[in-house]
Amino acid sequence: MDSPFRLTLPVLFGYVPLGMAFGVLFTAQLDYGWWVAPLMGIVIFAGAAQILAVGLLATHADLLAVFTAMLVLNSRHLFYGLSLLNQFAGAGWRKLYLIFGLTDETYSLLTSRPRGSDFKAEQSVDLRITFYNQCYWVVGCALGAGLGSTIEFDSTGIEFALVALFIVLMIEQYKALQQQLPLWIGASSAGIAVAALPAANQLIGAIILATGVLLINYRFTYQHHSEAKGRGHG
Amino acid sequence: MDEATYLAAFIAVSAAATFLTRAIPFAFLSRHSHHPFVLHLGRYLPATVMALLVVIFLLQSAKWQAPLFGVDALLPSLLVVALHLWRRNALLSIIAGTVSYMLIQQL
Repeated sequence: MDSPFRLTLPVLFGYVPLGMAFGVLFTAQLDYGWWVAPLMGIVIFAGAAQILAVGLLATHADLLAVFTAMLVLNSRHLFYGLSLLNQFAGAGWRKLYLIFGLTDETYSLLTSRPRGSDFKAEQSVDLRITFYNQCYWVVGCALGAGLGSTIEFDSTGIEFALVALFIVLMIEQYKALQQQLPLWIGASSAGIAVAALPAANQLIGAIILATGVLLINYRFTYQHHSEAKGRGHG
Repeated sequence: MDEATYLAAFIAVSAAATFLTRAIPFAFLSRHSHHPFVLHLGRYLPATVMALLVVIFLLQSAKWQAPLFGVDALLPSLLVVALHLWRRNALLSIIAGTVSYMLIQQL
């Protein structure tokens, strides 16, 4: 079986450059010390949220708006926990760190690796995977911020890494689901929100709209199931 | 609020919000983990949210006026899609897309 370190290698190659992109963006757009970038990697540990944070810091956004924006941007994590409820059960102090470190990439590794029956042993493997991932991320943030402040480098457009990351994750989600409908629901909700709402409310508006459509979609599917069941028993 | 206090509060708020989104299912949904609507959302919402983020951020990254009509962001996006369908190497797709976008923006 692969060691935890080997399992995390793809994340090493993803997190260091992405963390560096964040670090470079951070020092290019803000006047804070370079060490603030790795500090954010230590206490926040979220790629998209930290890149969004640069823009919010630059405009000195209201803290309530920051809180809302972070909740909305990270709302997909609400649903990651659902598939790990049983795996993390009884992990004690470890559980807090496992939950804290549940990024997209950690989630993918933890849910796709084969598991034995020894819960405690599996949880310590989970813990090491999470910790290695965070180390890569913090190192990336520090490198980017450190180099960004010493090397002349035109970083215009580097924030596109976030769009590219979302496109990649969308393709991965599609490959896992093999269904187009969720993508169309998300894309059209976003289109409607952008057309109808001011920039600050577009993300939250689109998420609420999309969740509403998924609820309707669920009612239809569930109703059909229970009707089919009812007929079956009748 | 002075600059250092704002920064500290900002980081604390961001950390709290991020941890909250990761912790809520464990705090509240342990007993409802098998409810069909929870399973439905758990299954379909991630893909929905990804598509939604792509559209919103793409619309913001492009110049939609003449003479570009969004090509400055659409071209790098198509590169990411094509590369990822071809090689399925997340790092390669992300770097190629970002570098091409940067080149176009800096021309």
